[in-house]
Amino acid sequence: MARYLTPLAVIALLLIVFSIGLTRDPSELPSTFIDKAAPEFDLPKLKDLDARVSSADYRGTAALVNIWATWCVGCREEHPFLMDLAASGVVPIYGINWRDRRPDALRWLQQYGDPYVASGFDEDGRVAVDWGVYGAPETFLVSAEGIVLHKHLGPLTQEIWEQDFVPLLGETS
Amino acid sequence: MRRLFALALLMLAQPAIAIDTGRAFEDPELQARYEDIIAEVRCLKCQNQSIKDSNVFLAADLRREIRRLLSEGKTDDEVFDFLVERYGEFALYSPRKSGKTLILWLAPFVLLAGGAFVGFRVIRRRMAMPLEDEPLAE
Repeated sequence: MARYLTPLAVIALLLIVFSIGLTRDPSELPSTFIDKAAPEFDLPKLKDLDARVSSADYRGTAALVNIWATWCVGCREEHPFLMDLAASGVVPIYGINWRDRRPDALRWLQQYGDPYVASGFDEDGRVAVDWGVYGAPETFLVSAEGIVLHKHLGPLTQEIWEQDFVPLLGETS
Repeated sequence: MRRLFALALLMLAQPAIAIDTGRAFEDPELQARYEDIIAEVRCLKCQNQSIKDSNVFLAADLRREIRRLLSEGKTDDEVFDFLVERYGEFALYSPRKSGKTLILWLAPFVLLAGGAFVGFRVIRRRMAMPLEDEPLAE
């Protein structure tokens, strides 16, 4: 009997490892910036290309940085939630409009509302690379000290917000 | 028949369609380094392709950034650092040999040694056993 024990234990261990592996989504990568200084950005404002919006604008307060685009289905999905969040005034939301056509983006904001303090127009995707963005929507929670506390990949919902963001927000402000 | 043949030829030509539409370096050595690097970088949006083989815009953006870094005179390691800093080790097809990724490099050898050890013990035990299959002497 004892001679079967070792192989059985090994198989059991492998089964546990694999079943944990199956529940994880390999396309979802952890951000490398968690608990580190957030990348900076300095972009022309989507609504007024002569003006700038930059990461310096939210220094000293916690802020959300949301990467969005009109070609992104998930962004449309989370938009109503962002509108609610902006209306609640809990935290300022800064947008980075990623690889988009400006007229489309402007129309989007007009049609569905603008939850952002301001959106930067990242036409060539350079800032997105600096932020390690590989899909949209992505939402970063940056603390008042400029540290990335959390990143969410995919559409934000009330549930995700309360579960992943609110506890962290309580700590920082 | 001739049309079919032409179609077959066209299909053969498919791999020649360039994905990387960026301008090549004038220095062939730099171009070679650039091509080696982009073959090593995973396209995060299409995870089983390198950014050399992918035409999604994220891959194009990464190629552009790599081209910029190289033309600024950055070394290969500095380029890889740039990518890992932003996207993590996962962005590289062969993770660097350091700290967290060490297990990836050592695990195959550990497993091989483990297998060899078990195999060795089984063989040793078998050798010590009497040969049951041997027909009894008549």
